Amino acid sequence: MEHIRMPKVENVRLVDRSSSRRIKVGTLYLTATHTIFVGKGSEDRCELWVLHSLVCNVVKHKASQSGYPLLIHCKNFQVMQFIISQESDCHNVYISLSRLSRPEKYEELYCFSFNPNVDKAEREHSWDFLDLKAEYSRMGLPNKLWHVTPINREYRVCDTYPADLFVPQSVTLPVIIGSSKFRSRGRFPTLSYYCKENHATICRSSQPLSGFSARCLEDEQMLQAIMKSNPGSRFMYVVDTRPKLNAMANRAAGKGYENEDNYCNIKFQFIGIENIHVMRNSQQKLIEVSALRSPSMGEFLMGLENSDWLRHIKSIMEAGIFISKAVAEEGVNVLVHCSDGWDRTAQVCSVASVLLDPYYRTLKGLMVLIEKDWVSFGHKFSHRCGHLDGEAKEVSPVIDQFLDCLWQLMEQFPCYFEYNEKFLINIHNHIYSCHYGNFICNSQKERKDLCIKEKTHSIWPHLWENKLDFMNPLFKPDQSQNQGLLRPRTAPYCFKYWRRLYNRFDRELHPRQSELDCLMTVKEETQQLEEDLALCEQKLAVLDKERAKTLYMQKGVLESKQALWSLPLDTSLANTPQDYIGGFIGGAPNLCLFGDKPKSSDADNSDQESGVADFSSHSSGEESLPSEDSVKDPDSDETGPNRA
Amino acid sequence: MEFAELIKTPRVDGVVLHRPFMPTVEGTLCLTGHHLILSSRQDNTEELWLLHANIDSIEKRFVGSLGTIIVKCKDLRVIQLDIPGMEECLNIASSIEALSTLDSVSLMYPFFYRPLFEVIEDGWQLFVPEEAFKDLESMTDEWRLSEVNKDFSVCPSYPSLLTVPKDIDDESLCKAASFRHGGRFPVLSYYHKKNGMVMMRAAQPLTGTNGRRCKEDEKLINATLCAGKRGYIIDTRTIAVAQQAKARGGGFEQEANYPQWRRIHKAIERSNVLQESLIKLVESCNDQSHSMDRWLSKLEASNWQSNVKEILTTACLAAQCIDREGASVLVHGTEGTDSTLQVTSLAQIILDPSCRTIRGFEALIEREWLQAGHPFQQRCAQSAYSNGKPRSEAPVFLLFLDCVWQILRQFPCSFQFNENFLIMLFEHTYASQFSTFLGNSVAERVKLLLSQKTVSLWSWVNRPQELERFLNPLYEPNNLVIWPSVAPQSLQLWEGVFLRWNRSTKCLDEAYQEMVHIIEYNKELQNKVNSLRRQLAQLETEDSPLQTP
Repeated sequence: MEHIRMPKVENVRLVDRSSSRRIKVGTLYLTATHTIFVGKGSEDRCELWVLHSLVCNVVKHKASQSGYPLLIHCKNFQVMQFIISQESDCHNVYISLSRLSRPEKYEELYCFSFNPNVDKAEREHSWDFLDLKAEYSRMGLPNKLWHVTPINREYRVCDTYPADLFVPQSVTLPVIIGSSKFRSRGRFPTLSYYCKENHATICRSSQPLSGFSARCLEDEQMLQAIMKSNPGSRFMYVVDTRPKLNAMANRAAGKGYENEDNYCNIKFQFIGIENIHVMRNSQQKLIEVSALRSPSMGEFLMGLENSDWLRHIKSIMEAGIFISKAVAEEGVNVLVHCSDGWDRTAQVCSVASVLLDPYYRTLKGLMVLIEKDWVSFGHKFSHRCGHLDGEAKEVSPVIDQFLDCLWQLMEQFPCYFEYNEKFLINIHNHIYSCHYGNFICNSQKERKDLCIKEKTHSIWPHLWENKLDFMNPLFKPDQSQNQGLLRPRTAPYCFKYWRRLYNRFDRELHPRQSELDCLMTVKEETQQLEEDLALCEQKLAVLDKERAKTLYMQKGVLESKQALWSLPLDTSLANTPQDYIGGFIGGAPNLCLFGDKPKSSDADNSDQESGVADFSSHSSGEESLPSEDSVKDPDSDETGPNRA
Repeated sequence: MEFAELIKTPRVDGVVLHRPFMPTVEGTLCLTGHHLILSSRQDNTEELWLLHANIDSIEKRFVGSLGTIIVKCKDLRVIQLDIPGMEECLNIASSIEALSTLDSVSLMYPFFYRPLFEVIEDGWQLFVPEEAFKDLESMTDEWRLSEVNKDFSVCPSYPSLLTVPKDIDDESLCKAASFRHGGRFPVLSYYHKKNGMVMMRAAQPLTGTNGRRCKEDEKLINATLCAGKRGYIIDTRTIAVAQQAKARGGGFEQEANYPQWRRIHKAIERSNVLQESLIKLVESCNDQSHSMDRWLSKLEASNWQSNVKEILTTACLAAQCIDREGASVLVHGTEGTDSTLQVTSLAQIILDPSCRTIRGFEALIEREWLQAGHPFQQRCAQSAYSNGKPRSEAPVFLLFLDCVWQILRQFPCSFQFNENFLIMLFEHTYASQFSTFLGNSVAERVKLLLSQKTVSLWSWVNRPQELERFLNPLYEPNNLVIWPSVAPQSLQLWEGVFLRWNRSTKCLDEAYQEMVHIIEYNKELQNKVNSLRRQLAQLETEDSPLQTP
């Protein structure tokens, strides 16, 4: 609380970014965990809750006539503009928020104060929702080829790896230790995915410390053992996901890549995914493009191209495809690494797994996959997401790219995923929100040291409870099971801009009627009908049998055909035109076509009336919004506080 | 028969057909007067029937004595025929070239086509102006149907019957016509029932450099304004282009002469620019090899999406003036047969729910495109693969369909038809067994005796068995005005047309089938439950008398 210089500011204006004429006046509150804006007046009554941990940066803009603008950019791509009338108030809010949004210690994060109305047992239970041991046994492990090594139980061999790791049966402890010493950060080759059908595996590690000529017998034995663990193949792939130039540069630092001459029967392959810094810059450019206000088509497309974002997504996808094909079609083991083996390696292994295994295309499966390939294998969430105030150079949208790849796949294979894009967006939000403990810290060891399981809650059961919202109505489970390997196309035009994520809060940019919502409503209704049908049949049977006189038919809600799916339409928005006038005469933001003649009579009045009318319809329409949108009611699971 | 002269080699055996995403077929190639046919003479393989009219251009290649013809179609498909024998290949190629570029309309396939179905509802009789006027009469009495153009002498590109303000006599119409490009004087395009505002369309006024004016023209459009109200003139050209038009005798309405009207200039490209845009777009869609950067910059350079955005924005603006500003609107560009029609027809889709039904949409095309004199035959003579210099070809109507598709994407439940309906219309504008899109105006169609000699597209489409494919399972009538987003983030490339032949649609078809299944199953259950409930209710009433003895 000591960071809050100004707990409350009145008469603050919230500017709608899509149209500067939509302004809400209200009060701004700063709490220990949230920025809250409460609109006043019954017409534009609204509440906006934003977690401090979601705030990416706060910017003061030049004073305008109406006051002092404060721009807040969030990690979930929400952008808010407040106008505060007093300069001192604005400055105080700015200073407070700048500090609040950059916590210095883990303990300051929201997940440590988030206290839903559940008891201790229930909280502990929430952490048992996912069980990686069960996941490995689903894959068919341990078996006679692979077993768990106890070597990292205390995180002594590799402090960024999980405690339980699968290695080939034949590998001895000295080999593991030797290999780990020859790998960056001790991240020795270990199993990520095992294909029951043909024994092929995806293994992961960090780069070898080969320099220009160093070699390590144990590491070579390790790879040999991995290759031999797959009885069907005579060689294995070693995939270095970095551009060749980067990998070669690393040699000068005593790191590098495997020399094919030293390792028996490996086929070495570079993939060329750029590093975290390139990706950070790329996303920054993408966000700038997505936030352009009424850009021309050319500006948008050129901006998209210049960001290079889709090129990077394509390269990650192609790496995943290469690996999934090696495993499924060639039946060959693949060892994947990059530099440290926690960014590109995590992306590529998990994309390949989704392509290979229909299980990861289910809700539970995706949770497990993220828990396994990302959380347990030490993807540095705290650094990459910038949870704490720290090195800006460590921040990078590595997991965003994984989610983006998934979305691209869902676009190409609409029937093969059990979850819908809302699920991905929700996960994205919670990775950054620090609302739950799952994505705090940089490794399993750190989480253990910080007693995350004892002090915070897990996101997964919460998402599971809301799974109805995240179901893809078009999912065909049987088909998906048979489908096995997904073979996405990778022509450039197959990769698209993910509007729902990057323009998540720009409601006016999305389709006014959602096919997804319609189908979900129909499916729900269908389920109700199935129950009704069973009930009717039962009653009829009873009536037929006994001709019972006492039975009273229950009047059903669904007696007459009524198209429920037409109900959730966002009609308020559908009925609100945008600024189509855009380029007309100096681009006046208001639709005041007679604007250059301010004194003219009724035409002007009617303009204003129409402006007011559609403003009010805009705000009242928000009542019917899904909780995903954080304007109005952010819903406790998103950005809202615990109201229990 | 003259076709025989053009066909030097009517059939060749052992021809191999390559099509994207389909297995190759080996069979016999036959050329007829209107079709290229490839048949394997096996029951289970699909035959290829291709209208010569659908062929945009061909390329020949030879490797030894094996010739290859690449056939590029107006529906954007590219197929390859491997033909053994150099002479056969050359003969086939020259025949295709000749047959696909026949000049005479009366040699077109529609004049030879005999339907294999019974015409239940004659499409030629479906959308007559008298019927549309009856609807208008039920709403307002301020308009009349004029026969001033009954012999097409006042305006050759207009139909014989036109809706004009009641107080304007035919003589004034003739004068106004002489003041408008091509005689296209302002006529009613749409009446907005909600507030009585109207949309009119015309061609540019012939003000020229010395600022000619025409009292009758001024009177004509002022007659559509309510007392004390102002209207908007939406000129689809930029002010610069409109200024230049003056030098060629055209121009725009001067404020001084039209004080009750406010002019807005937009920037919809002229048709020759649109054709270039289409060619570039299709070229980049077909280039499989290029990298992400090249794809995006070529897509951008084609300007296609910008054109979509500009047209849609202008239409939204017109609709906004009418619905939100409560003002009447006059739309024109230069000739009033291209961008004008894009704007007036799209504005109606936004404003009028009936245009979002199948019948309503057909009526819209009939009113705002066919009868309004969009020169289909000129515009659709060639498509994206034309080699020669474009004459008057332009994808004006295709852009309109693209815009409709964009709105459909944003309001997936508000249209009775689906994407397939739009694609089907695109195909039939370029090549068809039906004659609906033949000719450039009503006058030309009358002269060709189309309604007596040929079959209307609507006669075929509106049959229940055909219609089924075009129905949108999500449709729920929505009586609201629908305002689409025109932001670049919201507009997408119409893959169903431009990437249609470059992708396998298996997964998308599956998704569509699943969607249909979900909704049909729901309806089926609904019926079952309702009927069981009725049964229950009946049983109860039967039983109830016993209850109260």
